[in-house]
Amino acid sequence: MPTIVVDVMPKPEILDPQGKAIAGALPRLGFSAFSGVRQGKRFELTVEGEVTEDVLRQAREAAEQMLSNPVIEDVVNVEVQS
Amino acid sequence: MSEQFNIDTVENAAATPDVELPWAELGLKQNEYEEILTILGRRPTAAELAMYSVMWSEHCSYKSTKVHLRQFGQKLTEEMKKDMLVGIGENAGVTDLGDGWAVTFKIESHNSPSFVEPHQGAATGIGGIVRDIISMGARPVAVMDPLRFGAIDHPDSQRVVHGVVSGIGSYGNSLGLPNIGGETIFDPVYQGNPLVNALAVGVLRHEDLRLANASGVGNRIVLFGARTGGDGIGGASVLASESFDDTKPSKRPAVQVGDPFAEKVLIECCLELFKNSLVEGIQDLGAAGISCATSELASNGEGGMQVELTDVLLRDPTLTPGEILMSESQERMMAVVRPDNVEAFEAFMAHWGVEYSWLGEVTDTNRLIITWKGEVIVDVDPKTVAHDGPVYDRPYHRPSYQDALVADRFRDSAAGADLPSSGEDLRAAVLELMAAPNMCDKSWITRQYDRYVGGNTALAAPDDAGVIRVDEETGMGVGLATDANGRYAYLDPYAGAQLALAESYRNVATTGAVPMAVSDCLNYGSPEDPEVMWQLAEGIRGLSDACMELGVPVTGGNVSLYNSTGSTAIHPTPVVATLGRFDDVSRRTPSGFTADADGQAVYLMGVTRDELDGSEFAHLRGHLGGVPPKVDLAAEKLLGDLLINASRDGMIDAAHDLSEGGLAATLSEMVLRFGVGARVSLDEVLERDGVDLFTALFSESQARAVVAVPRTEEVRFKDMTSARNFPVARIGVVDRASEALDVQGAFSLPIAELREAWESTLPTHFG
Amino acid sequence: MTARSDLPLIGDYSSPETPLSGARIGVVTFPGTLDDRDAARAVRLAGGQPVSLWHAEPDAAAALGALDAVVIPGGFSYGDYLRAGAIARFAPVMDEIVQAAGGRDGSSGSGAGLPVLGICNGFQILTEAHLLPGSMIKNDHLKFLCRDQVLRVENNTTAWTRDYAAGEEITVVLKNQDGQYVADEKTLDELEGEGRVVFRYVGWNPNGSRRNIAGISNAAGNVVGLMPHPEHAVEAGFGPDSAEGMRLGTDGLGVFTSVLAGLAGAEAGANAGVSK
Repeated sequence: MPTIVVDVMPKPEILDPQGKAIAGALPRLGFSAFSGVRQGKRFELTVEGEVTEDVLRQAREAAEQMLSNPVIEDVVNVEVQS
Repeated sequence: MSEQFNIDTVENAAATPDVELPWAELGLKQNEYEEILTILGRRPTAAELAMYSVMWSEHCSYKSTKVHLRQFGQKLTEEMKKDMLVGIGENAGVTDLGDGWAVTFKIESHNSPSFVEPHQGAATGIGGIVRDIISMGARPVAVMDPLRFGAIDHPDSQRVVHGVVSGIGSYGNSLGLPNIGGETIFDPVYQGNPLVNALAVGVLRHEDLRLANASGVGNRIVLFGARTGGDGIGGASVLASESFDDTKPSKRPAVQVGDPFAEKVLIECCLELFKNSLVEGIQDLGAAGISCATSELASNGEGGMQVELTDVLLRDPTLTPGEILMSESQERMMAVVRPDNVEAFEAFMAHWGVEYSWLGEVTDTNRLIITWKGEVIVDVDPKTVAHDGPVYDRPYHRPSYQDALVADRFRDSAAGADLPSSGEDLRAAVLELMAAPNMCDKSWITRQYDRYVGGNTALAAPDDAGVIRVDEETGMGVGLATDANGRYAYLDPYAGAQLALAESYRNVATTGAVPMAVSDCLNYGSPEDPEVMWQLAEGIRGLSDACMELGVPVTGGNVSLYNSTGSTAIHPTPVVATLGRFDDVSRRTPSGFTADADGQAVYLMGVTRDELDGSEFAHLRGHLGGVPPKVDLAAEKLLGDLLINASRDGMIDAAHDLSEGGLAATLSEMVLRFGVGARVSLDEVLERDGVDLFTALFSESQARAVVAVPRTEEVRFKDMTSARNFPVARIGVVDRASEALDVQGAFSLPIAELREAWESTLPTHFG
Repeated sequence: MTARSDLPLIGDYSSPETPLSGARIGVVTFPGTLDDRDAARAVRLAGGQPVSLWHAEPDAAAALGALDAVVIPGGFSYGDYLRAGAIARFAPVMDEIVQAAGGRDGSSGSGAGLPVLGICNGFQILTEAHLLPGSMIKNDHLKFLCRDQVLRVENNTTAWTRDYAAGEEITVVLKNQDGQYVADEKTLDELEGEGRVVFRYVGWNPNGSRRNIAGISNAAGNVVGLMPHPEHAVEAGFGPDSAEGMRLGTDGLGVFTSVLAGLAGAEAGANAGVSK
């Protein structure tokens, strides 16, 4: 069954407390190569049958209207995963 | 990295007097901009313009209300000043509790951000008020949140209610602060402008008191906590004139995002700094960020400060100097540290993993000098930024609609016809009342808040006041209640503000605490509308008069203006928080009948008049007009004294005040609290006060309470009330076996049925 | 550096003199820990001596060596932003606690391990550290929930429950966002079979936990984790509502007296051994 993957990230200009906390913990465990972390969300929308253009449009709209909060988040990716 | 901005230096400003600056876009009026030109004797730099524009905003300068707010400082007796360690003007007022203890509390609004992004708006509201408390040197010990939303069934209320409640919960719960009460009101006037007010209370030892001033020439200025980002600058930066490239984020977020974990660490870190006497002065960063902190600290101290702005740690390296000065990034503090304490200070920062940067030092120049890579971009007298902003005595007049509004009495209206009188109709009316959005069970909200953390919560919602133990040895503690009735204040702004105080005073006294101090959050519409300005002026006059009569000083608070849904102003909503003191919180009186109280006598204290205008019942019938209940502050004070004495002397085992919904609501809440019923007969009240049964149940006359008195204490209780000449009526008994609220001669309402109606409203709407 | 240790919220924290006042119970504080003062108060009210244990204690082994038991209290360590307890488990003090408790789950059944109690976030940390099996996910109703909660003591032989009667029902405080206990069926069957389900929710499952599990133990019974908060039901006037009246519930005190009684018993036994 095809799946549409939606990735949502906090807007770049918005503080991401989650990413900040993880970024602070990494060096303590010896992972020193990373200068920053941002934590986003991934949604997997399962589709019964074919992913038509209309289904993708619905996924994009759902991503913009419901899966993300446009005030603080961006939908950065909507793609079909077979 | 190449230089990203054209830096507008003071030198440059003096040399280029004709450069157009976006003062209007920054919210300054022509006369205000001209005033800045006069103060500086030249055009401001972009950075100076940023500072003046945020510090002279209504929010920071109180320019429309200053002339009225003075009354809080003028209407003070010596008696009222007795326990006031710090009054209005600092981050929060401080009240002496005795034995070396003090308490600080303040209520503030976060209305507009909570409409734009309810979760973050409400969360950062909690964060901001808690930082005010920390900056007094106190450990925060509890929060409360009076909330006002639009209609419960409006689609947008889903977004706002869920967001606000989860925001308050996630931030407050993560700080380890018990949420001990508040209010939740639904009314269409708040549809496009919910009111999210937040109160925080903290305790301190006298010697830990800190103030926001930068004293001691040569002392270092440090900024610590979160990094500075573009939060709260909003929209496209109007300071674009500072910038000559387009690589920075095109938008600055209007919302601030909170990091409660960072704030929790900041709390513990600050308390250790205080304990080890490592800071001379401290200021939290809230509205107007570094602009506010530097100018306040400098002007409250010895008058001079030098700061290098490129030393500010940034989350977003593209910020311009003006934006850095205006940023409202959360979880930041600024402190003044003696040079010999710098090393110890840094050790505490390392211990807690808190980032910091040294920005400059206290000087004796009487100037606030801010540099950017050594070039002067701000050179101002800090007092002109922080304290000498514009002051407006705005015109006001009684609204043209007021006479018609006052003349529209509920009893005479179509809505007031066919009032319930039969037992069956009264029973149905009580059920309808208790299921109404404003009267129903609020535990759908309060169970999302931690009320236990800290282990000192002696009472929390739904009792009349939240009660927190301060001293574990003696049991000494404080009680707090917040109240307002926007409908009353709409009908009569002067009386409405007094009624808000009367109710919160009564709530505190009902639990047994002695009222000591007041903090207010004045939520009104646009001060530029003379009719709204009248509401505001009347509200402040009413509240200040009432505070003097009750002997409780206002020690701090906040004014929130321009609140409206569309073009319609909200009801004037002066939210009043009263703080009271207990010798021992174990004496606090519960608000309902406990199983132990079975068989005790139930007394109604106070007089019932025909006062239904503006009532919850009239609201259910869609009516708003007439005159609000009569204010009788002498009776309030006397009732408070009696309740406190009765509690101290063990004469009462339960007490609950009468307010919205009248006696019907109070009795319902008392039987619902622990599921223990009561049988009442109101004949004596009807005869004495000359009212009918409907009025006795639903009138909202003030200065009343219901108490449960053990049989052994009845004589003492009656002697006490008659000696003080306060009317009481024995209206019934606590009757556990009945499992009902039984109003004799009218109806019997099983608690289970009442509970079903009362509890299902919020879950039905919000899941 | 002064430890954050003696930072009494308010009031006097000196311990009353009791026969057990020598027992030193560590209370761990991570950045973001919230209920540490409450846990310390519970230890004190039970008659023990609370000792603050900072997560980054420079010599964690020595600090731990001086303790008779450890409580990992509730809160939101490091904001719980990654997963509840996920970052705290890597703190230096946790390695030592895991060692002292007898190693990862199943590796030690001697019963000689240090008694360790994880409450709420502490329970989450213990599962992330694999001292206890399973994990906690968001409550099934997705909201933070604070309520007075009835539990049944299913196993009264652990280090932290010996003062209760088997099957005793107690009321303590529940308050959490990520309280839904989950584990695979095999693990759940093992827990049940070995009597390692220590506390179960009664009446209503407040978060969707598998098999109504509120708390579990390791095989040896010295490590116990539970989601509800016994430390908030230890002082009359400030606990949950009880049959005795408003906020009079002190049912949680038994958790702390249990470990102290066990320690006193062990000491008595040791002394008896010496005298022989």
